[in-house]
Amino acid sequence: MKAIVWQGTNKIGVETVPDPTLLLPTDAIVKITSTAICGSDLHLLDGFIPSMEKGDILGHEFMGEVVEVGREVKKLKVGDRVVVPFNIACGVCDPCRRGLFSACDNSNPNHRMTEAMYGGVSGGGLFGYSHMYGGYAGGQAQYVRVPFADVNPHKIETDLSDEQVLFLTDIFPTGYQAAEQCGIIPGRDVVAVFGAGPVGQFAARSAQLLGAAHVIVIDRVPERLAMAEAAGCQTINYEQDDVLVALREATGGRGPDHVIDAVGMEAHGHGPGALVDTAKQRLRLTFDRITALRWALLSCAKGGTVSMPGVYGGLIDKVPMGAAFAKGLTFKMGQTHTHRYVLPLLARIEARQIDPSFVITHRASLDQAPDLYKTFRDKQGGCIKVVLNPWA
Amino acid sequence: MTQDDQARTTDAPPADAPSTGAHMPPLERSVVGSVGVALMGAGLRSARPLQKLVLGTVGAGLAAMAATGRNPIATALKIRQSQDGEVLVGDAVTVGRPAAELYAIWRQLENLPQLMTHLQRVEVLDEKRSRWTVKAPTGEVSWDAEITADEPGRRIAWQSLPGAAVENHGEVLFRPAPGNRGTEVVVRLAYRPPAGTAGAIVARLTGEEPAQQLRSDLMRFKREQETGHAPTTEGQTSGRAAKGGEA
Repeated sequence: MKAIVWQGTNKIGVETVPDPTLLLPTDAIVKITSTAICGSDLHLLDGFIPSMEKGDILGHEFMGEVVEVGREVKKLKVGDRVVVPFNIACGVCDPCRRGLFSACDNSNPNHRMTEAMYGGVSGGGLFGYSHMYGGYAGGQAQYVRVPFADVNPHKIETDLSDEQVLFLTDIFPTGYQAAEQCGIIPGRDVVAVFGAGPVGQFAARSAQLLGAAHVIVIDRVPERLAMAEAAGCQTINYEQDDVLVALREATGGRGPDHVIDAVGMEAHGHGPGALVDTAKQRLRLTFDRITALRWALLSCAKGGTVSMPGVYGGLIDKVPMGAAFAKGLTFKMGQTHTHRYVLPLLARIEARQIDPSFVITHRASLDQAPDLYKTFRDKQGGCIKVVLNPWA
Repeated sequence: MTQDDQARTTDAPPADAPSTGAHMPPLERSVVGSVGVALMGAGLRSARPLQKLVLGTVGAGLAAMAATGRNPIATALKIRQSQDGEVLVGDAVTVGRPAAELYAIWRQLENLPQLMTHLQRVEVLDEKRSRWTVKAPTGEVSWDAEITADEPGRRIAWQSLPGAAVENHGEVLFRPAPGNRGTEVVVRLAYRPPAGTAGAIVARLTGEEPAQQLRSDLMRFKREQETGHAPTTEGQTSGRAAKGGEA
């Protein structure tokens, strides 16, 4: 089959690789009908996520049709149309039973690697996202092996198109969880979203769905800001305005009640702080560039929530903890517990409260994917979200 | 269980013994000290400045280790030791199954090689005694052990019999986890590495040290008990397989 393969930092290629096979009796094989490039794939392209190996198949936002099931799979059958969350859950461990699917105890075979880095704690496995997270082959391919097939794939039994349901696998639940964990008081709370990429777009619209009085989106790319404006959000271009002043002005001096950092480890930012972060990241003295996080802590209103769907990898410094402490902020962060949100958000799509396909700007074949990784990273050609058809 | 058994296993539970960094036994101290002094001498005699520096520094370090009786390498590698040179290993995992079930699996000693992959085999000799064979950096090592405490559903303790190649003792506890989360399985063991602290360091660096094996074994046990299988990616497709390499 054809697959998108990580060949090294800044090297993504299309290769012909063997078709996946069932490795355990609880596995299924899914023929992929639609797959996407995610913003967090760019951290792999840029080489900032450790433990990638040449030859790894990428991709963690995908859906398709079940073509084979292991003998212990009970709920899923050949022919089922499914979306597959990007994180792999066993469904029976204590975190899974509490709905903390991304913190699954049992799905990451390389738990030792994350335990060594993250203080004896291993999250669950992820599709196509480094050996630290299990080393599972991803879904930017024609077929994929899906472990714990009675737990992970969710059947889609409506006539909604792939493009309307594909993002239930990651960016829609990720944006929604970011907004939900702010504890928005409907009609009262103002929410600021740093980063108007796909997750930021879904976070902003989710904040609206949850009743935010006002949503402000901060970015520097005109077409991303225009997309947020189209949803009725106020926007701030941080290259043209002083973000902290603009946010104070927009909120009567209080600051946003909640701030969502939908940027994570590769914030561009500007000013001396951003330059120092970039230099240290190049020298491997730090993993993460945290301009967005600093702005989030500094701008957030007293008693507010800083919600972080953006991915961070390692140790960070110059965090304005004094500001966070003085204002009594709450931090909420972590990988998305995707499985929790698939059905409730599918219901919202069916009720026509949102059509997630609004975010798609580029459609392509697998062969075009390597170029599109770079187009997406460099934000060229108005690129916000890429969907790939593996059979085109 | 006799009074004696209880006294022995509760008076000196390995994990409760003070861990004060790595203490070298006397023989190891004298060997390390001699090597250190010899290296320092070689360093001083060397004509090349770099060699002088390296040999001198390493030699002085070894001599200092011998003089203080502490092995900073072992300490840095987090190898815990008791005052009299036993290496202490302990770890724990919570398994979502009842204690009685998990105890029953462990109490069948012949099963243990399936749980602990570095164990080659366990042969049950009689009610209390068994013969254990493990993989070691040097090959296979065997010894006889006896069960010193057996509290169904709660605890199993053992001790190697005199003359064992690797002297060891330890216990496995099965404690109910709060909030219906199953059972906390706690393993504590102590062993005397055949080549002293240096042996423990070699084992650690080659990935053959019990602390490393124990963590992997406990996680595999939990996963098999909870999901029926340990997760795997072995044999999956990749761009490496396409080039004829390892999948």
